Amino acid sequence: MKPAASIDSGKRKTTLLLAGLALGMFGFGFAMVPLYNLLCQVTGVQSVAIRSDIAPAAQVSSVAESDRELVVKFDTSVHPNLPWEFEATEQRLLVTPGKMYQVMFKAKNRSSSQVIGQAIPSIVPWQATPYFNKLECFCFNRQLLDGGESADMPLRFIVSPDLPEGINSLTLAYSFLKLEASDSQTGTLQPSSATAVKSDSPKGSLHVSKGT
Amino acid sequence: MTTTTMSHDEAHHHGAPTGWRRWLYSTNHKDIGTLYLLFALTMLFLGGASAMLIRAELFQPGIQLIDPDLYNNLVTNHALLMIFGAVMPAAAGLANWMIPLMIGAPDMALPRMNNLSFWILPAAATMLILSFVVPFFPGGGTQINTGWTIYPPLSVQVGMSMDFLIFAIHLLGISSILASINIIVTLLNMRAPGMTLMKMPMFCWTWLVTAFLLILVVPVLAGGVTMLLFDRHFGTSFFDAAGGGDPVLFQHLFWFFGHPEVYILLLPSIGVLSHVIPTFARKPLFGYRSMVGAMLAVATIGMVVWAHHQYTIGMSLGAVTYFMVGTILISIPVGLMVFNFIATMWRGAMTFETPMLFAIGIILMFTFGGLSGVMLAVVPADMQYHDSMFVVAHFHYVLMPGAVFGLFAGVFYWLPKWTGNMYNERLGKIFFWINVIGFNITFFPQHFLGLAGMPRRIIDYNVMFTEFNVMSSIGAMIFGLSHLLFLYIVIQTIRGGRSLKKSENKSWEGAKGLEWEVGSPPAFHTWETAPQIK
Repeated sequence: MKPAASIDSGKRKTTLLLAGLALGMFGFGFAMVPLYNLLCQVTGVQSVAIRSDIAPAAQVSSVAESDRELVVKFDTSVHPNLPWEFEATEQRLLVTPGKMYQVMFKAKNRSSSQVIGQAIPSIVPWQATPYFNKLECFCFNRQLLDGGESADMPLRFIVSPDLPEGINSLTLAYSFLKLEASDSQTGTLQPSSATAVKSDSPKGSLHVSKGT
Repeated sequence: MTTTTMSHDEAHHHGAPTGWRRWLYSTNHKDIGTLYLLFALTMLFLGGASAMLIRAELFQPGIQLIDPDLYNNLVTNHALLMIFGAVMPAAAGLANWMIPLMIGAPDMALPRMNNLSFWILPAAATMLILSFVVPFFPGGGTQINTGWTIYPPLSVQVGMSMDFLIFAIHLLGISSILASINIIVTLLNMRAPGMTLMKMPMFCWTWLVTAFLLILVVPVLAGGVTMLLFDRHFGTSFFDAAGGGDPVLFQHLFWFFGHPEVYILLLPSIGVLSHVIPTFARKPLFGYRSMVGAMLAVATIGMVVWAHHQYTIGMSLGAVTYFMVGTILISIPVGLMVFNFIATMWRGAMTFETPMLFAIGIILMFTFGGLSGVMLAVVPADMQYHDSMFVVAHFHYVLMPGAVFGLFAGVFYWLPKWTGNMYNERLGKIFFWINVIGFNITFFPQHFLGLAGMPRRIIDYNVMFTEFNVMSSIGAMIFGLSHLLFLYIVIQTIRGGRSLKKSENKSWEGAKGLEWEVGSPPAFHTWETAPQIK
């Protein structure tokens, strides 16, 4: 039989190795956050990043009109840390591709102090994202509301006639987030043109709020 | 002899301490094993009660007994109680009892940590039960209606009960990581002289692999739920698309844990079978080396196929193909294990005591569940089956026989060793038949329900599904209540009495291994001098 001392040191060694392994795997879980986007890009697994990268790729023509009609629904939500009310004046709109439409959104600051917010759009189904052109949108800029102030914010858009067949309804969802003072210095979103919903990209400066 | 060595000897050779101190301060692997098993039995009944309430509600279409949120809360709680409360602690209980006896070690390597890893469990269970109970109180927030997978964004919006659940998962995770470290250290350092790794009993091998799996995947789940906690309270956006995160990332983290978890639940039972079948077939285990190899293969491949739980998230064709092929590949080593068991029984002098009945039941029904698993692994078919009752039928066919029946087999097999009394064989067989028949009536019709399109986790269903649901619910009542008989048998055996035979050191004629060389019941301290293995 092995001497007791060597068994004890063996035990200690194995225990420490295994404890290190467990801690390492805990760290691995967090390392997955950046690795995941990387992995998705390398392997082509669909992630939010890739879905929104498709957006600038598609060219959009707004000249042709068609007799096609589809329903556009508007969904709004406010992140719990933003003391705002935010909703669309219209829940749904019957839309002909190629025509321009305007919808108003109402925002109200329920708190008594000045707050800066930023709206993040997303479109369901995501395949329709490149065909939804916002000509004017409050989501292009950050919004500043004084305590108790309310504002009407317009959205003007055209749905491209190139929208794939089979998509008969799409939902535009806005989430309003609170911007911290440091974020508002740099300005969060500068979409290059009115054609793209670039703000979906997790590579944008909204990442700041995540701490990565 | 000096006084110090005297007192040292006394501490070791006196019998068990008495009263509550024996259990609360216990560092004895047998007592801690017993505690684990009793804890698991309690959780089995709690989890079973929630399952029976679910089936009672599904007895008829419409909403009769409970409201939809409570229904989904019950679904969540049933899964968590059964997986984390019943099966994992029961397997750990068997490991605590049997591993030191089997490898000729006096106790587990880290007895104080062993005490800690058990006594975390009651706290974790309290948190888990609170997560269920809290919404019933004023200001308690909403019920956990997410299912055990706690996917965001819904899990971010649930009330404070989700925080209880997250901390319960943390505690349960810490407990099983500590237990796993203990088991690996014991197996690698404390085997009797002459017992090489390839001479180690199969149950020890299965637990070595299980413990490694636990250490690799449980911390990832802990990380995932920690991020969830941050998203809920600290304004981060790990899983919030609006803040730049990705809710699908949580699914990856969850199933990176969740899929190996299936093998964590299964492997200890495979270990039990590797002892039960040779004993009652009176032949040595066929293909010991290939069993070890197959198990390592299952564990390795099992670590890298998690995304077959998420085919519908919109992965690329290449990715789903990889996950499909990997998943189907697992059926090869698992098939090898099944063939080894059948080959062990081939031309053996078989007798059919209760553990053997359960073992044969496992081989039949687990293989059946494995086959529906291959169906689910096929991507185009899975798009149809996804989130249907077919999936519910599949994983219950895998987990009830694969995990729970294996534990029943182990309990019946070793109960005479633990208690010194032979259980009532007649009652044991009756329990087996009621249990198995009830199980099949419950879950077999759910295959048809799923294929016909009934979704899972929904309180109400179309009237066209009524007949099979009625059948399933009746089966569930038989199945659920049959466990009272199990409880009776176990209590009767523990208490002994004139009606029961005493067990000899070797409870079963064909049994082999070091655990049968100690007394029945074993002394409080065993193998203080390690046996020599040739």
